[in-house]
Amino acid sequence: MAVLQFREAIRDAIDEEMDRDEKVFILGEEVAEYNGAYKATEGLLDKYGFKRVIDTPISELGFSGIGVGAAMKGLRPIVEFMTFNFAVLAADQIINHASKIRYMLGGQASVPIVFRGPNASAGQLGATHSVAYDSMYAHFPGLSVIYPSEPDDAKGLLKSAIRSEDPVLFMESEQMYGMKGEVSEEDDYTIPIGKAKIKREGSDVTVVATGKMYHVTKQAAEQLAKDGVEIEIIDPRTIKPFDMETVIESIKKTNRCVIVDEAHPFGGLASEVGFLIQREAFDYLDAPVQRVCLPDVCAPFSKPLFDLWLPDAKKVIEAVNAVSYR
Amino acid sequence: MAKKKQEAIFTPIGLNNDKNGKVEKSVKLPDFTDKTHKDLKLSDDDVVEMYRLMQLQRRFEERAMQMYQKGKFGGFLHLYIGQEAVSTGTVFALDDEDDIITAYRDHGWGLVRGISPKEGMAELFGKAAGCSKGKGGSMHFAKTENNFWGGYGIVGGHIPIGGGLAFANKYMGNDKISTCFFGDGAVDQGALHETLNMSQLWKLPCIYIVENNGYSMGTAANRHTVGEIHERAKGYGMKSALFNGMDALTVYENMKEIADDVRKNGEPYFVEIRTYRYRGHSMSDPQKYRTKKELEEYQKIDPVERMKSYLLENDILKEEEVEKMVEDIENEVMEAIEFADETPFPEPEALYEDMFTGTPYIHDRK
Repeated sequence: MAVLQFREAIRDAIDEEMDRDEKVFILGEEVAEYNGAYKATEGLLDKYGFKRVIDTPISELGFSGIGVGAAMKGLRPIVEFMTFNFAVLAADQIINHASKIRYMLGGQASVPIVFRGPNASAGQLGATHSVAYDSMYAHFPGLSVIYPSEPDDAKGLLKSAIRSEDPVLFMESEQMYGMKGEVSEEDDYTIPIGKAKIKREGSDVTVVATGKMYHVTKQAAEQLAKDGVEIEIIDPRTIKPFDMETVIESIKKTNRCVIVDEAHPFGGLASEVGFLIQREAFDYLDAPVQRVCLPDVCAPFSKPLFDLWLPDAKKVIEAVNAVSYR
Repeated sequence: MAKKKQEAIFTPIGLNNDKNGKVEKSVKLPDFTDKTHKDLKLSDDDVVEMYRLMQLQRRFEERAMQMYQKGKFGGFLHLYIGQEAVSTGTVFALDDEDDIITAYRDHGWGLVRGISPKEGMAELFGKAAGCSKGKGGSMHFAKTENNFWGGYGIVGGHIPIGGGLAFANKYMGNDKISTCFFGDGAVDQGALHETLNMSQLWKLPCIYIVENNGYSMGTAANRHTVGEIHERAKGYGMKSALFNGMDALTVYENMKEIADDVRKNGEPYFVEIRTYRYRGHSMSDPQKYRTKKELEEYQKIDPVERMKSYLLENDILKEEEVEKMVEDIENEVMEAIEFADETPFPEPEALYEDMFTGTPYIHDRK
């Protein structure tokens, strides 16, 4: 195992796939000469040159569409967004085109493309830079959505995403790029898309959390353990396809569940997974499923308001206590 | 006395303007080419085939319209009638390996790039034997094996994708070029600006072609966009052209020259082809935004009739040969209708097919 930063794991995955396949290239704002806004593409320009590491203007709609067209012709573009908050400008290409072209042309074209970049909030950045988009994209048929929490997951899943024959949204976090973790040194290490990982075993409450929320939940677990409550943390890693089986198996053991979701409450991961749990594991539940998510308001700037807004370990603990009737 | 304040007006007024009562169309047709097909190095057979293709598109759509009115199929139906010289002149100017992508007025483009009348009509009917297996319908004809990448339904949405096809050609270094067609309505979309800017900056071998038929749905060109459309190219330092789209030879001459230039110099081109659609935007369009007189003026210079006259005047075909050809086309289209009517709908399982190239994943499907 090597200890790598999250950004290094991302870069290694891209590097290995570009090395393996000439058709893989990366484009986006500041990816080449600037070496990446968050240094996730550092050194790639030097290694692969200007043909395959391409700086774009600030034209998310345009360069995403160029990626889609290039993918239809058999290339494998990695489109980097400086944040998924800016990808909203490219939503027409992701939602109306990348996800639908194959179906509406009766299977005559494939769109093997990865859209990647940081997702959700990164501190006091105000309302337009703080939204979690994983659930929104998971709504649309044809798109896979990955939101890993640790460098190892990031490396293995990004390699799988680049090899996917279909469009994948791969979400990172500005606040996780510097986070270190052990990463497998296995040759050509990949993790299958759609497999959850039990990251902490526990018998009292199942807690589902991914991305940044995994780390919030981990903090909560440490405090709860001091009180003798052992939570089982399941990191789905992939929002879609969602590994429901692992969640249900865990609930059969714990009989209680909390979902921690960095999105707003309406129609998000928490509501979908919560619905499926009540349908698939109704008889196993000893308490209604609880969710911890953002309130239905925009991200505020002011520090005290922001802290109220973002889910934290305290809120997770409260939800765990609620389902445990403590 | 206070001066009477005038009511604010935003969009220029069209037929509702009781002062002049007519639409100020910005579509003035440039001259036709005065060259003959021989001057353009086209054979007699080529121009006969041009006529056949235009007549096929015309008959296919006239009959499709009837079938729609008879209730044989639903959805949208946007007819290309009047614009056939554009698709026809273009396919002759391009290599078969060059890419074509277009908007939702796509039946003509499909037919000139090898979708058979049977496959096309079956698609309109929503049948499994349709070119897109009945999944796309009228707006999503495609034949990717012939480098026809499809018709698209979001105005302007396919423009960057056209740029992406050209990007791939440049990346692979294969000397192919891409062509991306859209209507005058699409020039008002931001996607066009972003794509033109990147295409010139990155030197993408792509031709962006506005088929300016004078109307963005029911809004005349001078009511939805400023200035001359082709002049937008200046803002990007891009080469541009403007020509008449009511004559296949004019389209061929210009598109050939432009395609050669793009292939040779590896830089994009912005083209405005002025044309006219005879039918409404779609089948539900009452066409209150234009006068009958205007429509008749354009029907007088119909591209299909024009090519027929050319063939007769130059003794390339005799009247009875033309009649025979039209009869054959009519029969082919009627056979296509019969086929489309009888061939089966997709099986229920097809609902879940063609979503993925790799491992399929349908959420919450038992």
